Amino acid sequence: MNRRTLLKRTLAVSAVSVAASAGLLAPGQVLAAYPKAAFEAKDASSALSAALGAGNFEHSDAIKIKAPDIAENGSVVPVTIESSLSGVESISLLSEANNTPMVASFNLNGSEAYISTRIKMGKTGNVLAVVKSGGKLYANKKEVKVTIGGCGG
Amino acid sequence: MAKSIKLRAKAKGGIVTVKALMNHPMETGLRKDKKTGKMIPAHHIQEVTAKLGDKTVLDAVWGGAISKNPYLSFKCNGAKGDSLTLSWVDNKGESDSSTTAVS
Repeated sequence: MNRRTLLKRTLAVSAVSVAASAGLLAPGQVLAAYPKAAFEAKDASSALSAALGAGNFEHSDAIKIKAPDIAENGSVVPVTIESSLSGVESISLLSEANNTPMVASFNLNGSEAYISTRIKMGKTGNVLAVVKSGGKLYANKKEVKVTIGGCGG
Repeated sequence: MAKSIKLRAKAKGGIVTVKALMNHPMETGLRKDKKTGKMIPAHHIQEVTAKLGDKTVLDAVWGGAISKNPYLSFKCNGAKGDSLTLSWVDNKGESDSSTTAVS
């Protein structure tokens, strides 16, 4: 990194913090609570405890995971999660076979329990969807067979 | 990083379906550059926030396991004409946002 890009980046960071202190970005929602530990955890349950405060969950069929049975390319696996549970607070997405299973966590703030995105999977394994509803964790999983891995290489 | 977000929002029966495509390399930090043999440093989106008017309807934390040029779709309550803003911040402190009117 040379001096110019370093300057640019420090400026960008300070601009964000100025915006935060001016109240444009609500602190606590943005920037503050990035759960780094969750994304660095090597297994699903410790990633969940770091992200959501609890590692154990109940199995629930009210969570639907739409993902391909066989993914030809592990670097782009389309995943859709829907739940008919009421009062869903957050949806977290994990890929159990990845080195670091945590993929993403979505805080819904009253939105519908529906998330669709594309994820990377290192190898064949379960996609785990964890839904927080009424302070409890519910989860469902679906196996996706990956023919070409999408992490590293 | 201007215009790195493509954003669509459509209202139907009080529910707004939002679809977004972001332009981002989403490097995990685990990949090697084939020419130099060096690791490519991690560069991925960490936080995504969506607001309908002033109300935050979705905030998400992402790791490097979201695919390159991320796609995100979600549903929230709202009506036609509302203004929807989606913004992201990555692990290098870069950020971008985009606003669209719900149609």
